Amino acid sequence: MTDATDKFKTMLYLNGVSVSFDGFKALNNLSIIVHPNEMLAIIGPNGAGKTTMMDIITGKTRPDDGEVFFDGKVDLTRLDEAAIANLGIGRKFQKPTVFEGQTVWDNLELALKKPRGVFSTLGYVAANDDIARINEILETIRLSARKGDLAAGLSHGQKQWLEIGMLLAQDPKLLLVDEPVAGMTDSETVETATLLKDIAKTRSVVVVEHDMSFVRELGTRVSCLAEGSVLAEGTLDQVSANPVVIERYLGR
Amino acid sequence: MAIRLLRLIAFLIAALAFAVPHAAAQTPDIPALVDALGQGSFPEREAAINALVATGDERVPPILQALADGNLYLRKSDAKVVLAAKAGSGFALTNPLDGADLGPAAKAEIDKIKVNNGLRGKIRTAIGQMTLLSPDRTTRLSAAQTILKNADPAMRDLLDKALAAETDPQIKSVMELARAVIVLKTDTTIEDKRAAITTIISHGDRDAQTVLSSALADAPDELKPLIADGLATIARNLQLWDIAQNLVYGTSLASVLLLAAIGLAITFGVMGVINMAHGEMVMLGAYVTFVVQNLIATYAPGLAEYAMAISIPSAFLFTALVGVGIERGVIRWLYGRPLETLLATWGISLILQQAVRSIFGANNRLVAPPSWMTGAFELGGLTITWNRLWIVVFAIIVFAALQLVLNRTPLGLQMRAVTQNRRMASAMGIRTPFVDAMTFGLGSGVAGLAGVALSQIDNVSPNLGQGYIIDSFMVVVFGGVGNLWGTLIGAVSLGMANKFLEPYAGAVLAKIIILVLIILFIQRRPRGLFALKGRAVEQ
Amino acid sequence: MITQLVLRALDRRAVWVVSALLLVALAIPFANLVLPEGHPLHLPNYAVPLFGKYLTYAMLALALDLVWGYCGILSLGHAAFFALGGYAMGMYLMRQIGARGVYANPVLPDFMVFLNYKELPWFWNGFDQFWFAALMIVLVPAALAFVFGFLAFRSRVTGVYLSIITQAMTYALLLAFFRNDLGFGGNNGLTDFKDILGFNVQATTTRAALFAASAIALAFAVLVCTAIVNSKLGKVMIAIRDAESRTRFLGYRVDNIKLFAFVVSAVIAGIAGALYVPQVGIINPGEFDPGNSIEVVIWTAVGGRGTIIGPIIGGLLVNAGKSVFTGLWPDYWLYALGGLFVFVTLFMPKGIVGSLRSLFSRRKPPRQDNSEPLETGAKDIPIIAEPQPGAAE
Repeated sequence: MTDATDKFKTMLYLNGVSVSFDGFKALNNLSIIVHPNEMLAIIGPNGAGKTTMMDIITGKTRPDDGEVFFDGKVDLTRLDEAAIANLGIGRKFQKPTVFEGQTVWDNLELALKKPRGVFSTLGYVAANDDIARINEILETIRLSARKGDLAAGLSHGQKQWLEIGMLLAQDPKLLLVDEPVAGMTDSETVETATLLKDIAKTRSVVVVEHDMSFVRELGTRVSCLAEGSVLAEGTLDQVSANPVVIERYLGR
Repeated sequence: MAIRLLRLIAFLIAALAFAVPHAAAQTPDIPALVDALGQGSFPEREAAINALVATGDERVPPILQALADGNLYLRKSDAKVVLAAKAGSGFALTNPLDGADLGPAAKAEIDKIKVNNGLRGKIRTAIGQMTLLSPDRTTRLSAAQTILKNADPAMRDLLDKALAAETDPQIKSVMELARAVIVLKTDTTIEDKRAAITTIISHGDRDAQTVLSSALADAPDELKPLIADGLATIARNLQLWDIAQNLVYGTSLASVLLLAAIGLAITFGVMGVINMAHGEMVMLGAYVTFVVQNLIATYAPGLAEYAMAISIPSAFLFTALVGVGIERGVIRWLYGRPLETLLATWGISLILQQAVRSIFGANNRLVAPPSWMTGAFELGGLTITWNRLWIVVFAIIVFAALQLVLNRTPLGLQMRAVTQNRRMASAMGIRTPFVDAMTFGLGSGVAGLAGVALSQIDNVSPNLGQGYIIDSFMVVVFGGVGNLWGTLIGAVSLGMANKFLEPYAGAVLAKIIILVLIILFIQRRPRGLFALKGRAVEQ
Repeated sequence: MITQLVLRALDRRAVWVVSALLLVALAIPFANLVLPEGHPLHLPNYAVPLFGKYLTYAMLALALDLVWGYCGILSLGHAAFFALGGYAMGMYLMRQIGARGVYANPVLPDFMVFLNYKELPWFWNGFDQFWFAALMIVLVPAALAFVFGFLAFRSRVTGVYLSIITQAMTYALLLAFFRNDLGFGGNNGLTDFKDILGFNVQATTTRAALFAASAIALAFAVLVCTAIVNSKLGKVMIAIRDAESRTRFLGYRVDNIKLFAFVVSAVIAGIAGALYVPQVGIINPGEFDPGNSIEVVIWTAVGGRGTIIGPIIGGLLVNAGKSVFTGLWPDYWLYALGGLFVFVTLFMPKGIVGSLRSLFSRRKPPRQDNSEPLETGAKDIPIIAEPQPGAAE
């Protein structure tokens, strides 16, 4: 870890985070750093604490111990989900979670970065800029033709993309992306990797993924988590050559 | 007046029950002696009273009491002595000996048998003598309590005699208290009075408190500190007993809440089904008890004492079957849609209520308690009724049995497996539909058991269940879902809180306070006292 | 913003409903007052307040639908807001009796004289003025909804738990209003009303006016609800209903939005209750009965939750059915109502309107009427099938 002490320059700073549920230690002294405009891929076996880590960053779960800072100065452990989202942290869930009862367009409109208050949403009128932006995102995620359809009617892969589109609409500084390519074809996987790499030029991205070829495609720094803490860190080649990782995760 | 008359009638009935075989063996002609009361001058009347007293018959004291109260009349037509009570413009007559109705009479047809003060004193002593020394325990006890209430110094000698003969500790203690009170009233030495006060203080109950506080004003100055101290001691003592009594009431309410809620803890807590018809399962259990009792009374009267033993399994099986029917017919289509089950089961509850109303009528039905569940006993300053005690015992047994079923049987294991991961359980070969039906049946059956118990303390009516449904939900929600211990603690906390608030706030306000507190509590712990934590719960 | 809201409120369906209601507001009084008694379309006097009552029930169902159908909050205590609005109106009507009560006390209502009140409790002050009562009709339910909702939504009490505590809320109010010392007439409630705004409440003209007021109030409620659900806020409410925690992760303050919907809904319910009371002539604690609130849920469910027309149709149909049924076969009404609960949840979860709509849309080609501009055709082209590398920008 470089610059481990200089948290003011980081986008995301987790230091010694622990949390347990009914005696089970989901995270054990976890420390992770993500710099601005950097992509970090996280791999690890089931139950390693990847989703719990995201829960803690997004305010769904409170850590028992440890520091969680965003943008070097904002203590995330004191904020709730909505506040954290409004700071500019977007999250894509493991199971694609879109609003199935609403159209693709409405899903993006809901995600669009706009005032979130009760009365500002009540009086919201879509400005031309907003319409243009949504259309742009629709192009990017290739759902233009289905913008009037209910999200429930989309295929699994399309829902994944719609959710990525919602992330884009949120215009976050930090994206947490949980298993973005599950249920996608190989070519879609490649496209998604391209898309994420592109996003990471201007934002920080944390990707959790099992698909090694996808992680290789991303070509970025990798952390391997196991039993709630970091097992190894480095390039994918370094990490997958690590004997502990092979024993505990890759199993080969 | 009416109360006194009632008491008299009660006395008469009680006396009759004992006296009938007794009287046959006696030689004196009691009816003739009673009629003699109506004749002659005051001295002759006194002689007649003495003669009656000499018979020692249990029927005599009430008659003498009626004489002293001015309720004994002479019927002019046949010179018979009758008991008369005002009825409309005239009087209703009864035979003073056996309470038999002798028809109405106009005011002119009867004469009141007069007594003067001297005679009244004689009568009082005579009654006291007959009752205080009566072989019947209840008569002696109530006589002692009457003397305590009146504290008539004239009774002192008699009381001393009775005290010497008394063996029953409870009666003896009342008599001692009465004697001490009389001593306080009479002109005796300070030492005697001091001893009497000490006796009263050592008594320590509410009676003692009353007599002492009324004695405080008239007491000689040197005794006042002693009385004041004594009052303080008694007040402290009583406060402790009050707390103990509240604990008893609280335990009793807790057991009722536990019984009512524990079936819900299974259907709601374990299965996540909001069963609004739960209260109606309780109601059905109570009606099963009623039906069993009537069947036994009709076909096998000899088994009446065992009606409870038969009701318990019958109620369990019947309501469990109804529960399985509801689960198979309606609820199984609604898993994963808890709010829809809420509506559907509410509909079922309306249907069940109306069905019971159509079959049994809207009126309350009486379930007679078995003899071992009637009455009460005293424990120090506490009064505990047997039915409440048995319900506490029953609740504990049901709770323990359910814990066993859930934790130690294959069915319980399968239930927990299905609760935690339905698909995995099904993949492992557990017949989840069967387990669902059994779980719901178990929850409903337990509700039926609650109905058996509640039939003993509540009105058995079609609305019985509605009174418990909200309380039951409160208990389960407060205790936390998916944990029977939570339900137990929920029931105990709510029961105790309710009973300890009641003396200050009154029953209704106490309930309102509890509801508001629960609403506030849910804000702090949205999933109850014993909530599961972790990722899985959120889904 | 205001014009935008008004325009949104006037979508095609809402216009239909509002026009129908306004027509009814004229037609029923006309049929009762103007048409002579022998006329085939003449409406007897008893029917006017009866129909008016149905309209207030429909309004209550609409209020519940706003929170349940659109925001996923199943309140089992909505009748409490209705009853509170009703009590506020009842207090005004009681003060209007003046010295005409049995005890002829110019200030104290009869029940207070009977219960030995020496003076008016402080919270009865002001209710002799209609404007004040009208204010309270709105404020009291709103305040209760605000406090209750603030606590419950902030601590994320959801789903069944919320339903159960709303039920506890109305139950606590039921017990409280039964108490004589609360100062609302206890068991008997408030009744024997004489005047409203100087008109005799029993007069046929007053009743016709109250009916018309109910229809207009309902039409207004339809407009308010339509404006809300057609706005972006309405979309957020549906998002909360379908995936609450996802909505939070998008940065929306779910508790505030729920609170807004809950308070608006409580106000609508309160106004409905206030219109209900002069038409039925009594308000008593029985209105707080938890069973009543659950019945409102079934009206909404029968008509179709998540639609504006559904709860209105449900409220009217179920209550008209109840009147007919209890008249003909009083013993079987509970069977019918209970059966309705089971039937609707099992076989018609979308309700009448929802079922008709899906039937309708199945017959017609599935073309959503989408208000978004720039809609282009080409809907059914599979997108995933043809990979286009490089086009992901």
